[in-house]
Amino acid sequence: MQGASLSVGAPSPQPSPRWGEGVRTSKPDRGDVRHDDKSMLYFIEQFLNGIQLGMLLFLLAAGLTLIFGIMDLVNLAHGSLYMIGAYFAATFAEWTDSFVLGAIFAIVATLAVGMALEVIAMRRLYARSHLDHVLGTFGLLLFFNELVRLIWGPAGMTLSLPGEMLKAVEILPGLFYPVYRLVIIAVTLAVAFLLYALVMRTRLGMLIRAGASNREMVGALGVNIKLLYTMVFGLGAALAGFAGLMQAPILTVQIGMGENILILAFVVIIIGGIGSIRGAFVAALLVGLVDTVGRAFLPDLLHVYLSESAAASLGRALSSMMIYMVMALVLIVRPEGLFPAASK
Amino acid sequence: MRRTATIPVAVLALCAGPAVAQQQAQQTLKIGFVSTFSGPVAAIGNDMKNAFELGLDHHGRKLGGLPVEVVYEDDQIKPDVGVQKTQKLIESDHVNFIVGYIWSNVMLASLKPLVDSKTMTIDANAGPSQLAGELCSPYVFSTSWQNDQTPAAVGLYMNQKGVKTAFLMGPNYAAGKDMLAGVKTTFKGQIVGEEYTRWPDQLDFSAELSKAREAKPDAIFVFYPGGAGIQFVTQYVQAGLKGQIPLYTAFTIDDLSLPRLKDLAIGIPGAQEWVGDLPNAANQKFVADYKAKYGVPPSFYGAQSYDAVSLIDSAVTAVKGDLSDKEGMRKEMEKAEFKSVRGNFKFGNNHIPIQNFYLQDAVKNADGSYALHTVATVVTDDQDRFHDRCPMK
Repeated sequence: MQGASLSVGAPSPQPSPRWGEGVRTSKPDRGDVRHDDKSMLYFIEQFLNGIQLGMLLFLLAAGLTLIFGIMDLVNLAHGSLYMIGAYFAATFAEWTDSFVLGAIFAIVATLAVGMALEVIAMRRLYARSHLDHVLGTFGLLLFFNELVRLIWGPAGMTLSLPGEMLKAVEILPGLFYPVYRLVIIAVTLAVAFLLYALVMRTRLGMLIRAGASNREMVGALGVNIKLLYTMVFGLGAALAGFAGLMQAPILTVQIGMGENILILAFVVIIIGGIGSIRGAFVAALLVGLVDTVGRAFLPDLLHVYLSESAAASLGRALSSMMIYMVMALVLIVRPEGLFPAASK
Repeated sequence: MRRTATIPVAVLALCAGPAVAQQQAQQTLKIGFVSTFSGPVAAIGNDMKNAFELGLDHHGRKLGGLPVEVVYEDDQIKPDVGVQKTQKLIESDHVNFIVGYIWSNVMLASLKPLVDSKTMTIDANAGPSQLAGELCSPYVFSTSWQNDQTPAAVGLYMNQKGVKTAFLMGPNYAAGKDMLAGVKTTFKGQIVGEEYTRWPDQLDFSAELSKAREAKPDAIFVFYPGGAGIQFVTQYVQAGLKGQIPLYTAFTIDDLSLPRLKDLAIGIPGAQEWVGDLPNAANQKFVADYKAKYGVPPSFYGAQSYDAVSLIDSAVTAVKGDLSDKEGMRKEMEKAEFKSVRGNFKFGNNHIPIQNFYLQDAVKNADGSYALHTVATVVTDDQDRFHDRCPMK
């Protein structure tokens, strides 16, 4: 930049005073004195971030693990249902002008899409090999991406939060945390509890557990296995859609949004043990925490030895790797995952 | 017998190949356009394509008297795909011009085949420091900027606002590094923290925002282009930081993200070399016709692509349609004698514009829509700081 040619335009930018709000002129107390108690709060905040990511992963992984465990179906299109849930929620929230109503309608609509998908397409895949599952559901993933592009356009959408969720609350002295992320944690915990009750305490849940342990026997005992499959797939779809719409206000709604997170969800179900809701829950928290805490602290640790940018690259590479290292470790110690569904 | 017969045929074909290509080239002007047309940032590629098509319409679909054929290619934000598409345009489509490139890393990867083949190139967005410096090329022009310039303008504005300490954030790729280096060239305060996030797949900035809050800076500066900008600003507001730590941005709030950010973007300043309300006649026509044709306002990505059409037209007109006269076209383009929608500018020795940068602000219109408007000129006739390293004089 050339010093001489730098003229600041007149009238000098003196825009509305709101830009000045909160600008503090000096920070005399900046120093290492406050660092110890601050970094504890910082750790708690990152811990909450990890829990929040873990809870979303759980929603996605729960459906995936049920479908994998019961129907033995590898469903790469699960991320598409996550995307569709978010698009439905954004659309319905716009129509109804309410985030909560939009979310409820979106869950119902995703459930319907999931059940229809099972009847129309998935049924034809069960008897085939895993390679066919992968090919078929990958095709569906592409199909859904294009379908969404046709219906909603390529630009993506926004799911706006009500004003009261657009702020942070002080949960501990000096520790502010976004309200909406707390809502995610609370609501997904409630859903996890309901799901646990459904699987452990109801007749449908009994059939689901039985299906995960021994599919042939459940069929042989005269259970309407077709209906069970459709219901389980619909349930998985609704959970994925729910995860998508909960994530939407943070990450926006766009084509292909489910693809990266689906990889993490597969890691979760492998660590947790295929077919196990409890395993998915524990593994999702583990993956969420490892990912977030690694991302937060590794670059700082490495920065002691490396430049900012190099530390960031290496730190992030290592923190993404850590998830897979955990997976490898679990597979070595417990090849069936942490909580395998009763042995087949 | 057969074998000996094929050799002369092959030789003949080889000789005829370039000749045929040249003959065709004289009839139509072939332009390759590399941008991102798939995935979450397809909106940027579409805006560039729309503006380019509008530019062609305004020139009667003929540039320098030649009918135009455009081949659009999708780089998928991947450097390896970008270079493949570039090679395909050069080697099998035999294009006369290549336009586009949103991403600095895609541009840098594609630069070698462009320079080696001496293809006339107009970079309509990416501004890597290397391209402005040691990797500058006689046949590569930019209708955008060098990456450091826009954040440097923001840094000047931060000084004016009395910001003493700042926390910087950007994605960890070529442009992110340039942008953060750019703001440091002018910002006089202290940098209390710097975060590079994974690009393009990291969309959750919670960990980094926590760090920013803990560092207690006077201001946060970020560079998050495309959809990532929407995600960043949304999470910044959700974290309750909007009232606490002011945000300053480069390429984060634009005409594509604003309709989705709405009120969240109000009061967050940024800098740009082009704003939709710049009062020159060429710009007013561009913005009005774009809105009429596509129903939405153009972004700076579109404005830069639209300028590329006029730049090509000036070059082809100067050589009277003789596309083999690359020297002639280069000399004409160096004059930048066309009506740019940003107002008049000059090219530096490295073919990067020397131009003004404006402070922009998001406002809500009476009809409920949102628009960016110019608040002030931050710098006039700004030249990038790498032009000395460019061997061209």
